[in-house]
Amino acid sequence: MVRDTAFERPDVAADALPDGPGRERGRWRSALASWDTAVLAVLALTVLVAGMLVDGFATQRNAGFLLLDVIAIGLLALPLTLIIITGEIDLSIASALGLCSATMGWLWLEGLPLETIIPLCIALGAVLGVVNGLFVTVLGLPSLAVTIGTLALYRGLAFVVLGDQAVADFPTSFKSLATAKIAGTGIPYSVLPLVVLAIVFAILLHFTPFGRSLYVIGYNREAAAFSGIPVLRTKFLLFVASGAMAGFAGVFWTLRFGSARGDNATGLELAVVAAVLLGGVSIFGGKGALHGVLAGVLLMGALRNALQLANVSADVLSMVTGLLLIASVVIPNVALRIREASWRCALATVPRTDKSTASWQPPGAEDRKDPTP
Amino acid sequence: MRILPTSRAMRTGAVAAVSAALLVLSACGGTTRDDDGDDDAQTGDETTDESTADPAAGGDPGAEIPEGLSITFLPKQINNPYFDIAAAGGEAAVGEFAGEFNQVGPSDATASSQVSYINTLTQQGVDVIVTSANDPNAICPALEEARGAGAKIVTYDSDTDPSCRDVFVNQASPEGIAQVQIEMAAELIGGEGQIAILSATANATNQNTWIGLMEEELQKPEYAGIELVATVYGDDDDQKSFQETQGLMQSYPDLKAIIAPTTVGIAAAARYIDGSEYKGQVHVTGLGTPNQMREFVHNGTVEKFALWNPEELGYLAAWTGAALAAGQITGAPGETFTAGELGEYEIGEGSVVLLGPPTVFDSSNIDDFDF
Amino acid sequence: MTTAAGVARPAGGGVAMALMRFRELGILLALVLLVTVTAVSNPRFLSPQSVRDLLLAAAILVILAVGQSLVIITRNVDLSVGSILGLTAFGTGALLVAQPGLPLVAVIAVGMAFGAVLGTVNGGLVTLAKVPALVVTLGTLYVFRGIDYAWAGGRQINAADMPRSFLDFGTQRVFGVPVLALIALFVVLVAGWCLGNLRSGREFYAIGSDPAAAVLYGIPSGHRIFVAFVVNGALAGLAGVLYAARFGTLDATAGSGLELQVVAAAVVGGVAIFGGSGTVYGAALGAVLLTTIGSSLAVLRVSPFWQQAVVGVLIVGAIALDRLLSVRVARRLQGSGPRGA
Repeated sequence: MVRDTAFERPDVAADALPDGPGRERGRWRSALASWDTAVLAVLALTVLVAGMLVDGFATQRNAGFLLLDVIAIGLLALPLTLIIITGEIDLSIASALGLCSATMGWLWLEGLPLETIIPLCIALGAVLGVVNGLFVTVLGLPSLAVTIGTLALYRGLAFVVLGDQAVADFPTSFKSLATAKIAGTGIPYSVLPLVVLAIVFAILLHFTPFGRSLYVIGYNREAAAFSGIPVLRTKFLLFVASGAMAGFAGVFWTLRFGSARGDNATGLELAVVAAVLLGGVSIFGGKGALHGVLAGVLLMGALRNALQLANVSADVLSMVTGLLLIASVVIPNVALRIREASWRCALATVPRTDKSTASWQPPGAEDRKDPTP
Repeated sequence: MRILPTSRAMRTGAVAAVSAALLVLSACGGTTRDDDGDDDAQTGDETTDESTADPAAGGDPGAEIPEGLSITFLPKQINNPYFDIAAAGGEAAVGEFAGEFNQVGPSDATASSQVSYINTLTQQGVDVIVTSANDPNAICPALEEARGAGAKIVTYDSDTDPSCRDVFVNQASPEGIAQVQIEMAAELIGGEGQIAILSATANATNQNTWIGLMEEELQKPEYAGIELVATVYGDDDDQKSFQETQGLMQSYPDLKAIIAPTTVGIAAAARYIDGSEYKGQVHVTGLGTPNQMREFVHNGTVEKFALWNPEELGYLAAWTGAALAAGQITGAPGETFTAGELGEYEIGEGSVVLLGPPTVFDSSNIDDFDF
Repeated sequence: MTTAAGVARPAGGGVAMALMRFRELGILLALVLLVTVTAVSNPRFLSPQSVRDLLLAAAILVILAVGQSLVIITRNVDLSVGSILGLTAFGTGALLVAQPGLPLVAVIAVGMAFGAVLGTVNGGLVTLAKVPALVVTLGTLYVFRGIDYAWAGGRQINAADMPRSFLDFGTQRVFGVPVLALIALFVVLVAGWCLGNLRSGREFYAIGSDPAAAVLYGIPSGHRIFVAFVVNGALAGLAGVLYAARFGTLDATAGSGLELQVVAAAVVGGVAIFGGSGTVYGAALGAVLLTTIGSSLAVLRVSPFWQQAVVGVLIVGAIALDRLLSVRVARRLQGSGPRGA
């Protein structure tokens, strides 16, 4: 994973602030400066504004459309969040989805029953994740580079499996599994697996030692290893999970669109990465929350939905997505610098033996080290 | 560090055993392709019946086209010059019957993005959706939902499964498209020699249909001296099409003609041959736009190629949609309607309207067109 | 102990240098192998026409890969190069449609300047706002592409719209070698010389190897990284001009999806994604290798469906090989250094 250079900004928790009248304000400020909260606010704002201004946004049917569009991205974003928190990345998720979708089509043509095909495809996804995991943990290769390679490899294999065919004669009963709406509301049933999995991942990340260890790994890999966390095994498991989820998402995608093709979900990985980053997960690792990511996914979906309804062209949508991404890193950074500037002002009044305030670092900064490759 | 291989191995083993058992159980019974065929056919028929069961049984040719009809074009890809020309034709048509025109589309030419746009159109309650499908089946459920909301569906350029649209406006019959290309190639190489096809993406429905028909056409006795040696895919990407053309020339040095039934492919192939030592030795033909090909026709790299007029295609598609929405036609074969300045059209088998025969462009007429 | 280490270090350094150079040799070997296999199967692959085609096809990717490796060496990445190329290519076309009489040098200068401006946006955000390059350039990828769509709309600038002289430039040859390939070679040589001989060039490596140490040492990291992004943008602009000359057909989708290919080329060429090592020569070779695979597979009549899979295997293989070599180098360096120092 690419880490930035001299400009690594340490994430200073509120507790690291010196005691005093500034501390309470600091906590609020850090909560507000925390992008997780900000993105939730932006999401709420977007939904409100869109509901008022855009004709047809605030209806159940539209909610259903919106949700159907984001389910695949949401599914892929869950394990990717965990992976990015540990400081790695997985760009092969969309290609794994495509390969599992193509395999589903091929197996269907071969005459296997769908009940067997679906678990097989999820297992295939897990195997693809194992391959990624082996490259990253056993061979020690950088995940950004490796997953760019497996991105091409898995997509290529998807074409090998299915060629130029598109398999579309899946039974309606299964296709409606993916698209049927809960009676009375516009909400599709297929949101439920996403919700359940999101809860599982949230509990895993925020409430278990395993989840906490992910933050430690991302924050300082050596310290994590020395404190007994099985870094390599953890990362390996995360890649396997990511692959299995891609398999599941592949099944959903195929059933939702009723079409298994080698080029399904091409290019989706950037949208998933964008959603995760938008949700406040730091690309350096060690920081991020699942609720932010889910908000990010929904925000991107809501924006796209609202702008399309308002007949805004694709270029504006592209620009808005890009600007949001940039804002998601610039704004917290600017907020942090404002905070630090105010500390420096406060501390300048305190007599110090070391006159070089220029070299003063906020507490906690020394602990951050670059993991050497 | 705690290492518990035994318990972990046991857990893994248990998981594996359970999964295997599940797989075996599910394999014993389950929905396979064969036993599902009837099920699908039934549901397929149902939906067709629903959609063609029009409140007014049969069309009413005298019905007037209401003002303010909202017609939205949804091409394979937005900002694509070919589709923009068609949209211009559509817009002209919509102006003639005082409707509301719009064009939307995905920046990536994928079916999933098109579905998202179709859902938006459903939500907006447009009267007519005119679309060129990226995948013949993937957008069907969304189209059905749009129809449920009262929209009429017209496909153009690239069709969907017939059950989920009302009428398909085909630029020319697939047979006609295939025939004209083989005819041109045969004429260029003097009826004998090796030819190859440079197509778009491997999945492209229209190209694959035409290629299949071209292969059939080549079985005819008058083309006995022509051998189709290869079909390669340029993915509608300039660079890839270049490389594939280069590969063709190297693998088949005796190649006499390259047929590229895609505007991107023919431009790339012509460009490559123009700058290479094969100029004059290999003929390039296929489907191209006059503007892109003008230079090559003038410098002799390409002698002739064909296309239809995308502007007329869009114009006809918009008029067809209006006729459907007004109730003049229901999409059933045999019905006729007037498409503005283009005159009268009859709906053919499979609810398909043909624009007309493809136009062959060469140095004598290429300067008359601007698209 | 110190004398032993003092004697051992130069020797260890010598072996390390050989192994470092071996990385580029490795890519070169792979390239030669590929070409040989293809040529054996089809001798026409080595015909002058074919070699010219290969060089032409690779030229644009080589220039992009050189620029990208500058950025990667400083431990950043620039994902917006595809969008920059698209914008500058369309801009070049629009410029030529408006002013057909412009001399070639002016067109190139304008293209590079345009690219440099876009690179400044990236560099500014990364250095001034001090935000991660991956995120920022992902954002500018979307923003620049959006600007491209808004500007180009559905328009397509065709070969017929541009002056003949400009298009000829795309296929012209000097002593049989395509001009575009010569330009690419020139770029590689200049960049390689700067990185290897100029002090500021060496500093790129320092920044990528250990950013904190570089700052403490007094290297103006901010300036250097900014320069890397601007140069990358300018090179992407140059690539855009060449793209316009080569392909002649320009619309809003030019350059889409190139970014991952460019990063792959650099990585295959031995530029470590963590920064601090690799050379532009390696990146250029990586770009040539990736383009050659495309051509080779077409000539070898390998099913088109296998092409992408082969490319993927190659990328992963190259990274693994690179890692193996760097581990070996590290071990040698450790082995020759003083213990416990």
